[in-house]
Amino acid sequence: MVDEVVKIGKKRKSAFKDMVKSILPEGGNLDACLTCGLCSSGCPATGIGDMDPRKFLRMAALGLDEELTTHPWAWHCTMCMRCIHACPMKINIPQLVFNARKAWPRDKRPKGILGSCDMALRNDTCSAMGATEEDFEFVVGDVLDEVRATQVGWEDLEAPVNKEGAEFFLNQNSREPVTEPDEMVPLWKILHKVGADWTYGTKGWAAENYCMFMADDEAWKHIVEVKKKAVEDLRCKVWLNTE
Amino acid sequence: MQDPCQLVRKTFGDPVADDLRFVVKAVVGEENYIDMTPNKSNNYCCGGGGGFLQSGFPDERRQYGKLKDDQIKATGATYCITPCHNCHAQVHDLSEHYGGHYNVVHLWTLICLSMGCLGPNERTYLGEDLAELLMPEVREEEE
Ligand code: SF4
Ligand code: SF4
Repeated sequence: MVDEVVKIGKKRKSAFKDMVKSILPEGGNLDACLTCGLCSSGCPATGIGDMDPRKFLRMAALGLDEELTTHPWAWHCTMCMRCIHACPMKINIPQLVFNARKAWPRDKRPKGILGSCDMALRNDTCSAMGATEEDFEFVVGDVLDEVRATQVGWEDLEAPVNKEGAEFFLNQNSREPVTEPDEMVPLWKILHKVGADWTYGTKGWAAENYCMFMADDEAWKHIVEVKKKAVEDLRCKVWLNTE
Repeated sequence: MQDPCQLVRKTFGDPVADDLRFVVKAVVGEENYIDMTPNKSNNYCCGGGGGFLQSGFPDERRQYGKLKDDQIKATGATYCITPCHNCHAQVHDLSEHYGGHYNVVHLWTLICLSMGCLGPNERTYLGEDLAELLMPEVREEEE
């Protein structure tokens, strides 16, 4: 529900919208909105902070740059893309939101995301929880030993690390090795049952990429490149990232 | 089952949503599976995406997730399967916060349970009804 009227002083030109348009293919159709409201009616973020996707887009069209690039709603939209899926004009609101995030000074962006991104930049594991190569290899080995020793029929279960030439390079969210390592085991068992040729890598194993949510292009790119290199260095064919 | 936005709408579309249903139905039995509405590529995001879980807006995140919680409750199901990490964390929180207390499980948990190989330490998210089901044989660890 939107119960507050947006007041427009004089006619303004949106530098922000023009910037976003310039980087989107075919201008992302940002001017083609029919104001039909399909986006807002199916958006779970509608109403949070008295904002919704149509209103956000209209504010861009009306040149309300200041409001747009400071409203915390940019962090409440999850960029789930349901709106663009529903929109008859295929207007890319999540891209607009992404760029609104980018307009925030880096140190003003949400601390949790910022901290997770910066942590991931610290070493080649890309772990947002700061788990190192040694931590990861140790935890995987430790959990594997326990399963082999205690679970009947799983004495030859494998959880390969840095296995060169494996078919699949599997990423793992940091939460498992760091806070609930036993949750990795069912996945290993399934891969074992189907006879998959897979491996983890000590480098680039962490699945998450908070720098992307942060809308920090340089950092986001860096994380992806570190992971890509890890996959290539092991000469794996398929990179499996479930995030 | 929560169709993960990332996997379904944003990447592989309805075919992968159908694959997921094939696996889930094989695992839990067709008669035990209930779909939410809307679903597949039309599904609502749970509110765990885009960094919302880390951004320090818990009230807004739960407000966002209310729609998902309502959708899950409307099915009357006692388990919600979340084949995505963020979805699992978010929906699990919604279940506790809004008092639905439905169980929220990873897909890998149910696959291994149905194959009879889900070990005793791998059952954190199962409800009491399934906690002891199909428990595989274990031996004491030798020192
Ligand atoms: S669905 Fe598309 S056309 Fe309709 S109001 Fe939203 S952005 Fe505009
Ligand atoms: S991408 Fe953002 S605006 Fe669009 S439906 Fe999802 S949460 Fe709403």
